[in-house]
Amino acid sequence: MKDRSIHILNFVGLGFFEPAIRLASGEEVKKNLIVLFKKVLLPILSVGLFLIVWHSGATYLYTIEKDARIEKALNDRGEAAALEMKTCVESGDISCQPNTLPSPSQVWGAYKSLLMDHRVIAQKKAAFAEKVAATNAQREAQGLVAIKYTGRPSFVDQILTSLKTVFAGFLLAFFIAVPIGIMLGLSPTLRSSVNWLIQIFKPVSPVVWLLLVFMIVKTLTKNSDSDSSFIISFISVGLCSMWATLVNTSMGVSSVDKDYINVAKVLQLNVGQKVFKIILPSSFPLIFTGLRITLSVAWMVLIAIELLAQSPGLGSFVWEEFQNGANDSNSKIIVAMFVIGIIGFLLDRIMLTIQKFVTFTEETA
Amino acid sequence: MAYIELRNVSKSFGVGKDRTQVLSNINLEIEEGEFVAIVGFTGSGKTTLINLISGLMMPDEGEVLFKGELVTGPSHERGVIFQNYSLLPWLNVRNNVGMAVKEAFKKMIRKERNKRVEEYVEMVNLLPAINKLPKELSGGMRQRVSVTRALSMSPDVILMDEPLSALDALTRGNLQQEILKIWNKDKKTALLITNDVDEGILMADRIIPLKPGPKATLGPEYEINLERPRDKTALNHNEEYKKLRNSIIEYLIQIGEQRASKKENNYTLPDIKPVIKPTPFGRLNFG
Repeated sequence: MKDRSIHILNFVGLGFFEPAIRLASGEEVKKNLIVLFKKVLLPILSVGLFLIVWHSGATYLYTIEKDARIEKALNDRGEAAALEMKTCVESGDISCQPNTLPSPSQVWGAYKSLLMDHRVIAQKKAAFAEKVAATNAQREAQGLVAIKYTGRPSFVDQILTSLKTVFAGFLLAFFIAVPIGIMLGLSPTLRSSVNWLIQIFKPVSPVVWLLLVFMIVKTLTKNSDSDSSFIISFISVGLCSMWATLVNTSMGVSSVDKDYINVAKVLQLNVGQKVFKIILPSSFPLIFTGLRITLSVAWMVLIAIELLAQSPGLGSFVWEEFQNGANDSNSKIIVAMFVIGIIGFLLDRIMLTIQKFVTFTEETA
Repeated sequence: MAYIELRNVSKSFGVGKDRTQVLSNINLEIEEGEFVAIVGFTGSGKTTLINLISGLMMPDEGEVLFKGELVTGPSHERGVIFQNYSLLPWLNVRNNVGMAVKEAFKKMIRKERNKRVEEYVEMVNLLPAINKLPKELSGGMRQRVSVTRALSMSPDVILMDEPLSALDALTRGNLQQEILKIWNKDKKTALLITNDVDEGILMADRIIPLKPGPKATLGPEYEINLERPRDKTALNHNEEYKKLRNSIIEYLIQIGEQRASKKENNYTLPDIKPVIKPTPFGRLNFG
């Protein structure tokens, strides 16, 4: 049981729990304590240190902003106004709070309020669904489109929308880059003929891709009234992120170990068997490395693209909060930042685990 | 007509100025059922020779004939045991061997194929490890899988490219016996490439030294008329064995010296001595 859970943890990339489990079963206490210290306590300490630096930095910036406000009130409207401003700031009144980097506790507060907000919206949605259930059933019977909830999406809804967009983009990248990569890898002629195009398009910025996709999709969807922002954003994400997979796949396929090719020759495999039984399995590690990079790039550019394409998701959430300028907007942006980071980390771990499942490692276990 | 025949075969690599002729004017005839060993220094073109016979490479000049027909590509009839095993790391033993069986016996039904795979894996005593991946096996076990893979296709000829040179002496001895045992069963034609004269004498009917490349050619051949089965320890006291071994080794040393003397350059070494500083502990510190 113990060994099994350790094995599973290591497999999914959470190996740092291993010493805790070993310790819990009383195995080699001294050694495991040291490992636990190194693998768990030190990271926690560094997170704590980060929070302290953040907090003191935020406090410092807060003081600067506060002083500037009082100074401005003094210069513009005289001493009485300055005093009023000072008491107003110190009382914690929302109307006159300095606008700067929020402290960790403010961010935590914003996180809780976002969750609360989500619960409220979820309730509203449920209530709405209940209210229109009968009407919708009727409409469905008449062949009409059901009435949808069109209220403000909650933070969690935005996350889900972003995940949806990133997966759509990732799948697009996967279905474009892997087959093309294989073809390029198999044929040196093809590879050299499109090499320039790849080298030129690879470093193009996400913003430019977005505009390009916008130009094309706008014209193509001229006659339909559906919302094209989702299409635009997921295609842009796919196009930005597919290059890593494309390059890695073609490299993996073109650099298969000569020994394996010799085996294929001696066994007299036909072309299809050679590709599917020898070339692809042996290039899986590189293809997966490419896919991992693709997924992380997709998640990274997604925020920027959503921000520009006006399509719902975390990116537009960040942008709206920035434009909004409410007193807790800055904190909400930081919450979004952490959520983006953590989700990116989890996505990478998921890919790593899948990679371990389907590919081989050459070194002895 | 010989079973395998090489006529004036030459093979070169590289282009322009860097072009070197690895094999030059090779003539070789192997009869059916014969076990021939080719011994030579590393880098003398032994692997190239195997690749030419197996059909993985084509000669620049001359021709390779198998059963009187020109070799134009690899075939099931000539099984190859590679030096570095060349097992597919993502397949377990069963599937590595199974892939070969499937290709060689396309019409065989699945059940029969599985039976054949198991039969051959058992022959090299690897049945307990049949579901393991190559990375979980030792070097000797991997080479046994490679041997099994080649034999399971029931080739007419077994071409062995230094199959045992990466193994330790004990494993090597065991595998030599195993290969001989299998060979003894149906006396397939076999060509063994090796750098070990003892191995050649123990296993083969005929030993042919390969002169070191570039422009490697085959040397004079040595018939081995020792009785089979040959026992390694008994052989050590056999007069004929000793004589044969010594004459082959002497020949190899002689051609080796010829090669060395060709390249000899006289460099005058500067008259300097290393300065060895005393370490704090009074001895040399190799860390």
